[in-house]
Amino acid sequence: MRPIYLIPLALFLFFAGVAGYQLTQPKMQTIPSQMIEEPLPEFSLAPALENMPGASRSDFIGGEPRLLNIWASWCLPCIAEAPHLERLKEEGVEIIGIAVRDRPEAVADFLNRYGNPYTRVGADDISALMLEIGASGVPETYVIDAQGNIRYQHIGDVRANTVPLLLEQLENAR
Amino acid sequence: MMRLILAALALFAAPIVSQSVYAQQAMPPAPYAYVQLEDPALEAEAAALMETLRCLKCQSQSINDSDAPMAGDMRHQVRSRILAGESPAQIRSWLVERYGDYVSYEPEVSSTTWPLFAIPLLLLCVVGLVLLRRLGKRRSDGPVSGEAS
Repeated sequence: MRPIYLIPLALFLFFAGVAGYQLTQPKMQTIPSQMIEEPLPEFSLAPALENMPGASRSDFIGGEPRLLNIWASWCLPCIAEAPHLERLKEEGVEIIGIAVRDRPEAVADFLNRYGNPYTRVGADDISALMLEIGASGVPETYVIDAQGNIRYQHIGDVRANTVPLLLEQLENAR
Repeated sequence: MMRLILAALALFAAPIVSQSVYAQQAMPPAPYAYVQLEDPALEAEAAALMETLRCLKCQSQSINDSDAPMAGDMRHQVRSRILAGESPAQIRSWLVERYGDYVSYEPEVSSTTWPLFAIPLLLLCVVGLVLLRRLGKRRSDGPVSGEAS
């Protein structure tokens, strides 16, 4: 048999091999936002609870870089990240919260229970801001510089080892 | 034993899951999440687009097929933008700008996907060349009446 007849078989084995390898790999879990290094879109969200202001784009302009934290009272990992957001607050970081599809009573109850690291909490009842900035889940945390540009995205809950990372990104965003 | 552990786990997990789902669903859905546009032509345009947009929270479903709250919010965006006069192509590129190609089910030629379109064409060319050579050879060999090849 001429070796040239082995080419289709070799091709088939190559593709079968690639497919087999990909099947053993874990599914891609996160969808990174394409809005990094882009300006934060214009938005204005009503307060998510009675005694705190809502959030808009202009709240991010001027002063120091800030964190934009997307969370919800129905989100379990948000409970886990609460103490780490508290630590960031103690480090002097301003965190502006966005409560997604949440009721004011539930938001207030969550903050009473797990602490309130936010200076403002806007209510995103129909994921409008999430879709504007390319967020695909809750929680997510963004570093926004003082000119209102999105500089960094952290997908998932903030853990103990994320805190120094975020502080570094905030420093880079100065 | 295994069954017992599973049953115990389910017992613990059930209230947590139902509680979080309940809380999300306690909020009314976005106005156009489950409400069609009044104009049937615009609704058809929106539906065709929604079928080719990928739900971000579910496995391989379009936002048209998914009951995830976020898919509902995306349908609201699509319908209200169509109503405001945006074209489906504009809405798709608005989403692709934010989520990348992941969000679109419509294949597009780009710097990473061009081989998918080029390889079949290349293979067709190869097949054409091989056929031409073989047929050409036979013709020059003369008629092949009754010859077993």
